[in-house]
Amino acid sequence: MNEMNIESAQYAVDIDGNNLNIIAVINGVTMFVPFDPANRHYAAIMEMVDAGELTIAEADV
Amino acid sequence: MALTKVTTGTIADDSIQSLKNRNLVINGAMQVAQRGTSQAGITGPAQFVVDRMRTGFTLGTGAYTLNHSTNAPDGFANSYHIDVTTAMTLGGASDGCGMVQLLEGQDLQHIKKGTADAESLTLSFWIKSTKTGTYIAELYDFDNARHISKSYTVNSSNTWEKKEITFPGDTTGSLDNDNLASFGLLLFFSAGTNYTSGTLNTSWGSNVTANRAVGQVNALDSTSNDIYITGVQLEVGDVATPFEHKVFSDELARCMRYFEAEVPTWGTPRSSDNVIHSPGYFKVQKRSTPTMTLVLDTYSKNPSIQKVNADYYVTYVTGTASTSLDATFDADAEL
Repeated sequence: MNEMNIESAQYAVDIDGNNLNIIAVINGVTMFVPFDPANRHYAAIMEMVDAGELTIAEADV
Repeated sequence: MALTKVTTGTIADDSIQSLKNRNLVINGAMQVAQRGTSQAGITGPAQFVVDRMRTGFTLGTGAYTLNHSTNAPDGFANSYHIDVTTAMTLGGASDGCGMVQLLEGQDLQHIKKGTADAESLTLSFWIKSTKTGTYIAELYDFDNARHISKSYTVNSSNTWEKKEITFPGDTTGSLDNDNLASFGLLLFFSAGTNYTSGTLNTSWGSNVTANRAVGQVNALDSTSNDIYITGVQLEVGDVATPFEHKVFSDELARCMRYFEAEVPTWGTPRSSDNVIHSPGYFKVQKRSTPTMTLVLDTYSKNPSIQKVNADYYVTYVTGTASTSLDATFDADAEL
């Protein structure tokens, strides 16, 4: 049901290097995706990660 | 003037309960469209214009515009409108398109699905479509991968028609009592052979994709085609009651559980390090932690999200010059 075109995904971190969320480009739009399994974007990202179709890039520091 | 006392013996308590909030569908009158009134050039992934009304599936070769329309039958002000801009040819077996509303399991415990007392559900809605013929309406249980489909007929082209369909209760497979997508209402507009090559599943049963939309016409096969829908109501029981109209503010609040447009954030940099932290509260608690999308950034500060949950958010900007932050985000907690 959650048809999405996930083009990229990258962790965002705070000043201490803790992961805050995932910055993803989905359907051409940049989004801040939270680490919440109930969030449809996060669920779709993790589905692709689990399938080996997407790697979440490390954060820029 | 004499007053007549209404006693609990006059109106049964059960009746009062069942008449209030009986429509399981949110925004059935298509009143709320926070994302704007139109989105053109849609070719693939699921999209929203009217709140809570997802247009989904793959689209083959087609393209369309979604509108929040003022074309509506008497008693309604708005409708969902899909305007075909590139004719859809069902080039792939999995091609198809339809309007979908997903519902949380915790809102549906009273339909008693998966019990011997499972309630029947009646769907009613208005449709105005260029393409006449057979259409499919489906209920889908995502928790147990079960579904039921019923056909209806659009009799006259480009004419508002009211449809009423009753689905029997399902005594198998209870719905999870949580905030995830347990149940879906799907109105098909087109369907490839993956959905149509079997026998229409008119009784509840385990999902067989080939049985989901057998007989569905391709209502998107011409750029002359339009489909309008409004007055969508799904209610417990065997009878379609009159549409339960709601005041706009109530329906907007229900929609905001899933999507809130343009939540604001602003602030000025700390003098010590030029960092801006800006907290804000959502107007309505979200279904889950929402995805945040920057939609307006007046001073090009490129704010990020430091923290967000179902209730509030904190944005931040680092290494900034002395100008202020003035931006808005969309918060998306859709199913």
